[in-house]
Amino acid sequence: MEQLVFIVFKCVTAVVLVLTAVPLMIWMERKVSADFQLRIGPNRMGPAGVFQLPVDAVKLLFKESFAPRGIDRFMYLAAPVVAFVPGLLNFAVIPAGEIRAEQGGLLLAVSDIELGLITILAISSLTSYGIAYAGWASGNQFSLLGGVRSCAQLISYEIVLGLSVLSVIMMSGTLNLSEIVRMQNQLRFGWMPSWNIALLPLTFILFLIAAFAETNRAPFDLPEAEQELVGGYHTEYTGLRYAWFMFGEYAGMFTMCSLITTLFLGGWMLPGLTLPLGILGGILGFGIFLTKVIALIFFFMWVRWTLPRLRWDQLMRFGWKRLIPAGLINLVITAVLVQVWK
Amino acid sequence: MKQAVPYATTLGSIKALIQGLYVSMGQFLKKPVTIQYPEVQAPIDPRFRGEHALTKDEFGHMKCVACYMCATACPAECIHIEAQPAPEGEGWEGRDKIPQSFDIDMLRCIYCGYCVEACPKDAIMMTNKVPVVHDNRKAFIYGIDKLLGNFEEYGRDLHTKQLKERGIEEPGHAGH
Repeated sequence: MEQLVFIVFKCVTAVVLVLTAVPLMIWMERKVSADFQLRIGPNRMGPAGVFQLPVDAVKLLFKESFAPRGIDRFMYLAAPVVAFVPGLLNFAVIPAGEIRAEQGGLLLAVSDIELGLITILAISSLTSYGIAYAGWASGNQFSLLGGVRSCAQLISYEIVLGLSVLSVIMMSGTLNLSEIVRMQNQLRFGWMPSWNIALLPLTFILFLIAAFAETNRAPFDLPEAEQELVGGYHTEYTGLRYAWFMFGEYAGMFTMCSLITTLFLGGWMLPGLTLPLGILGGILGFGIFLTKVIALIFFFMWVRWTLPRLRWDQLMRFGWKRLIPAGLINLVITAVLVQVWK
Repeated sequence: MKQAVPYATTLGSIKALIQGLYVSMGQFLKKPVTIQYPEVQAPIDPRFRGEHALTKDEFGHMKCVACYMCATACPAECIHIEAQPAPEGEGWEGRDKIPQSFDIDMLRCIYCGYCVEACPKDAIMMTNKVPVVHDNRKAFIYGIDKLLGNFEEYGRDLHTKQLKERGIEEPGHAGH
């Protein structure tokens, strides 16, 4: 019974963490984009406009949830949820810190399973279902086209994502995310920090590009190209249902940045630094983790406000003709590296 | 002939990408140019043509001699003057007429500034004051009192500045 309560507590904490992170990320996006365009951004609601988002959320809540005629009702209602949940689910296996103790200790993750990486790959691929549902259920041929287009993008870039994850797995020899983090923070040869970004820079770049595509961020944000493609799959969604899509997107980005931190940037640890035992160490670790995630999110935004959107055929050509061969070659290089270093 | 497209090669495209990130980071580090309008007013040029004002001389009398030049020049025909004989006494020497009433219909005014240019005595000026909202049409017809008040409120220093810009040194608006 006690264990059950504890598990529920952990789940709730993770959900609350992501749900708090999302409005803050949207606020950050608005502030950062404003800075990139020499503007100020929201600054009326609360200090530096932090409360803009709750206010916007309330506005969305009270908006009419309009559903057009000729929709597939069940799928139409299910799609936002299906698009939203994977981002949240993925966070369950990502370790965000650790409270160390003489005996045992506690990993700050909902579950620390051996097949963490596989779980993440499996759950991420669910995102495309939400998009496909939304496109199909809207009963609008352009939404359908948008959904199909987005689906194709997600599926294509998933391959690259998988290929680069494979390199990480070869390097660390485990699928357990906390093990991967620990491995990265051991000093190699006694002096070299072995974060995967240093050991596998090419893999990191490939993974990063694939992550951009997977989270529908610019320059691969065709699924929601507001200006020229009129939204695509979520054209027929309004109010709260639309907000679910937005929330899902940002939750996905948060999770993706956490994953990159875990796989390449040494998670909640710094090389050569032993965190103190107990709660303090846990908080410090979580702070380190969060700092890395925020830095990555900033990088995502930086790229978004720099690069123009790719055309559809460019996106596909880049994915299939450049990234996948590069991923395969990278796999071979990594294999050699791992053998040499062993 | 080969065209020099920087992103035609893989290496070139990577270079272009990094250059782009560099440029946008430069923008990020610059100060925002936004002016928080209701709290902060953007600087207004002294030549800005806002509400009119009737200027005063060193005795504190209005300079206007009711010559009707401004009313004649006005393309919108929004200035209505009625004259009266100038009073006797200090400061009024050499003047035949002063306006009894001097009304500007701000609803008709197109803020062209022709009245200011037409005036031989620099008796009318335009302040930096942006016209405000009134809740009835009558309030938009500015009389002598309002125009003289505008001078006290917004015009005194500005008028000196405007005249200086045209190379005219005033003896100074004493009279207080």
